[in-house]
Amino acid sequence: MSELEFRTAIREALAEEIERDPAVVFFGEDVAAPGGVFAVTPGLRERFGPERVFDTPISELALIGAAYGAAVTGLRPVVEIMFGDFMGLVMDGLVNQAAKFWYLSNEQGSVPLVVRSAVGGGGRFGAIHSQTHGTWYQGVPGLKIAFPSSPAEAKGLLKAAIRDPNPVLFLEHKRLYSVKGPEPDQEVLPLGRANVARSGSDLTIASIGKGVPDALAAAETLAGDGISAEVVDLRTLRPLDLDTVLESVSRTNRLLAVEEGPRTGGWATGLLGAVAELALHDLDDAWILATAETPIPYSPTLEDAYIPDTDAILASVRSRAGVGVS
Amino acid sequence: MAEVQTAQDSKAGGRQALYLDGYSRMLLIRLFETAMHRLFLAGEIHGTTHLTAGQEAVAVGVCMALRPGDYAAGTYRGHGHALAKGTPPEPLAAEMLGRSSGVCGGRAGSMNVIDLEHGLVGCYGIVGGSIAAALGAALSAKRSNRVAVAFFGDGAVNQAYFHECLNMAAVFSLPAVFVCENNFYGEFTPMAAVTAGADIAARARAYDMPACVVDGNDLWAVHAAAEQAVQRARSGIGPTLLECQTYRHYGHSKSDPATYRPREEVERWLARDPLKLARARLLDEGVEEAKLSAVEEETRTLLDHAIENAQAAPYPDPAQDAPTEFSP
Repeated sequence: MSELEFRTAIREALAEEIERDPAVVFFGEDVAAPGGVFAVTPGLRERFGPERVFDTPISELALIGAAYGAAVTGLRPVVEIMFGDFMGLVMDGLVNQAAKFWYLSNEQGSVPLVVRSAVGGGGRFGAIHSQTHGTWYQGVPGLKIAFPSSPAEAKGLLKAAIRDPNPVLFLEHKRLYSVKGPEPDQEVLPLGRANVARSGSDLTIASIGKGVPDALAAAETLAGDGISAEVVDLRTLRPLDLDTVLESVSRTNRLLAVEEGPRTGGWATGLLGAVAELALHDLDDAWILATAETPIPYSPTLEDAYIPDTDAILASVRSRAGVGVS
Repeated sequence: MAEVQTAQDSKAGGRQALYLDGYSRMLLIRLFETAMHRLFLAGEIHGTTHLTAGQEAVAVGVCMALRPGDYAAGTYRGHGHALAKGTPPEPLAAEMLGRSSGVCGGRAGSMNVIDLEHGLVGCYGIVGGSIAAALGAALSAKRSNRVAVAFFGDGAVNQAYFHECLNMAAVFSLPAVFVCENNFYGEFTPMAAVTAGADIAARARAYDMPACVVDGNDLWAVHAAAEQAVQRARSGIGPTLLECQTYRHYGHSKSDPATYRPREEVERWLARDPLKLARARLLDEGVEEAKLSAVEEETRTLLDHAIENAQAAPYPDPAQDAPTEFSP
């Protein structure tokens, strides 16, 4: 069975959508001739030409502003903002302009743009090249935020993002770029629908992005402990598919949310709050595994301890369940 | 010879009609802003509003050089940008009044008007936002032989938006025209006190972009400069920066009496009111007083009806307004 690498999945989604729709253009810093700093987009410029795929100055404000202005006048731009950390620079264009256009214009027009960024820790990139910006933007009505967990999901969600008439932030975890997985069985995956990645009956583990393969690995080990963990892959932070989480919790009665980011202001607290509000009667337990309230450290020992990986999920579940505790 | 003479006469007549139309549009903006001022004081317009009275020749002169399909991005001092680009006064006034018949259904208000039908991609409450919006519109415009114009104030030239977007537009030879309405004050602070070099047009040289300083109170001068810039843009040569020097008659916003401006300076600029200058020149060029008065009366009536109708329109009903977060 043929396997698809995560970075190739992204490239294929881009190529197929540029091919399919003449309005799609792709630009960013070092994405065209150099092919992207994570080698995600080589060959696209050669294939589609510099009118469709081009390198830009290191000018994040202008990049996002250009994408917004192009999107409201008929193009469907896909922009790469190289690292999620740089998304702090572009808040005006996204929050004040792109996200509000559909509503403020009284629905005269929409803003079909996608912003791809590499996110997440584990690469020893330090505090300002390792953050995950999804939650910075999660409270902004009008923005969609997708964060795939596998190659097939990356391809299907990116294609959906490019076809979506709204601005979509597309997060790519750096530790997933070289991961290989099965080819997609669906061309387009809808934004706003979570996926039950593993069925279980004792506990629901909800996560997104790299947290999903980590949770799946932990669930496999937990099965040996006699704990049957269900893994819900949220796929998008906004819209957030609460129904799938609620349905899962109605069967498992326990919820663990695993977030690579600080607890305060994170998506996990919002998820637990919503589940408590809507389904308190279903809950026997609910808790969060998130990071410390500090910047992401550089040193390998510090960074490894900081990130909630498979071992941290295992330890958290075992401790909560009293497994191995005498 | 006779035929040539006729052709020239006809061309001159055409130009005269064009400028007479420009004058009436400037007057429409002035009357609109006067009405907004009155309605704000009467408590019918809410929040804040930034009036463009005194700066009319810039928006009108530039938009006279555009085709209907061209794009423009305005500022929070944007009523003039919208009217000059073709937004009718009634839905614009209704928007200010928060009515459902507003150009944005009352959702946007004074600072954030959008009118795609007339090529107004937006007005921006963040200083410099219009520059980026026009840069993006220019990416689209390049494909369809259109032109994108950004209006922005002198305050915006110290934003990263200005530098990043002028650089990118020049690097990609985009069909953009960057129009700085230099009214010499960024909010309450004199431009020269916060702008190194105090020479806005000169900044374009660093981007290898043509620029010129224009008398922004002279409709003819603005239009001539804009025609050249639009021509450069449409023919694929690239962007231009126009620094149009002008002056606002009111303060920065409704909370600002503008006491920081020297009295002699204000009087000097009021003496060069763009409407007075345009009227005098039209008379000088042979437009009859009666013709001018008729156009003025027509414009007044148009505006009065627009305001009356806008005031008569209902407010949006929250029970009926069912917004969707996302475009389907």
